[in-house]
Amino acid sequence: MLTKRIIPCLDIKDGRTVKGVNFVDLRDAGDPVELAEIYAKTGADELVFLDISATEERRKTLADLVLRVAEKVNIPFTVGGGISSVEDVDVLLQNGADKVSINSSAVKNPQLINDLAAKFGSQCVVVAIDAKNIDGKWIVHLVGGKVPTELNLFDWAKEVEERGAGEILFTSMDNDGTKDGFANEALARLSTELNIPIIASGGAGTMQHFTDTFKDGKADAALAASVFHFKEIEIKDLKKELKNNGIPVRL
Amino acid sequence: MKIVIINYGAGNIQSIKFAIKRLGFEAVLTDDVNEIIAADKVIFPGVGEASSAMNKLRASGLDTLIPTLKQPVLGICLGMQLMCNSSEEGGTKGLGIFNVDVVKFTNKVKVPQIGWNEISNLKTNLFTSVKENSHIYMVHSFYAPLSNETIATSNYDVDYSAALQKNNFYGTQFHPEKSSVVGEQILRNFLTSNF
Repeated sequence: MLTKRIIPCLDIKDGRTVKGVNFVDLRDAGDPVELAEIYAKTGADELVFLDISATEERRKTLADLVLRVAEKVNIPFTVGGGISSVEDVDVLLQNGADKVSINSSAVKNPQLINDLAAKFGSQCVVVAIDAKNIDGKWIVHLVGGKVPTELNLFDWAKEVEERGAGEILFTSMDNDGTKDGFANEALARLSTELNIPIIASGGAGTMQHFTDTFKDGKADAALAASVFHFKEIEIKDLKKELKNNGIPVRL
Repeated sequence: MKIVIINYGAGNIQSIKFAIKRLGFEAVLTDDVNEIIAADKVIFPGVGEASSAMNKLRASGLDTLIPTLKQPVLGICLGMQLMCNSSEEGGTKGLGIFNVDVVKFTNKVKVPQIGWNEISNLKTNLFTSVKENSHIYMVHSFYAPLSNETIATSNYDVDYSAALQKNNFYGTQFHPEKSSVVGEQILRNFLTSNF
């Protein structure tokens, strides 16, 4: 049986992890590769690296990081952040990334989804969507939730599926950072209306939240950052709990 | 031991090379016919779309070479699918090594299948020391149905071939190079077994 995936997300700036991490066993707390290795060993199913650097060298730095991660890590990983062309993606996949995640560039140039799916296959194209519930309507936002668009979440999600996305990473800006749980109602609607996997993001605070997003939110995978980085939740414990709740996981 | 990874411009070759390196072996990426023929073990990777990958194989003449190889050959993911008779993806004629036709999952399930699934009914030395119902990483929209060449079974939508074997040819639908310690064991088995 296909299992539900648990995905830690690492924010990267200039090749280093940004948000603080609470891993006493890390020699270098800012080294994404070392952190990735620990996650791979302790039960993470997949990893996401989100590059938030804004320097001119970012492309090269990210490509170098991907190569270093691929050398050490034996589980799949996705890279995102500032990817806007077929050439960007080509380098990252050649260096060993399994998937790339695109967000603003897909909104600005939806044809990019078609181009990436045609050249590399849908399986490596993740479209990340950030949305906020405004007066009962889920509106897609850009730049980490700062800039609203005209797009409705469900219409845009349907469009990216039709254009060839292999997976959707949906972050509810209303839930992100709250630790109050995932946006399960919207997630369940996405999962029902679309026929590609949906990754839930934003709001993880307790183990129960993960159970809820798999059961009520019908999510295929759940992504979180701080609860894992600060060891508020150990992935091994989380997976045991999920299994006890009847959710298929890889132990 | 000489290990080659067939390089025909299709796939996540770097990850396979690194996975082999983590096991303490070195692999060479090549499209050179003589180098491939001389190797002890051959890995045939593949990610992407079947018909364009097959076109790349034809353009380099590797489509006629691969079925004639005598040493152990391991096709991974799309590599395994191209070793079959045909694929529904792009109406592609395959290498015809495995006597099975690759078809698409129905819309009863989410397509592509992405994630960790179980393998069972494990046969051959490829799965030495691998437990039944171990988890491996799968990413695919098309699959090889069960056949008498099936050496591992998985279930998504239907029971299907997670791995195939005929003579010196092996194929896995899953990615051993991305399947944690289980995948490492399977790769190690392929590299060290005398099939």
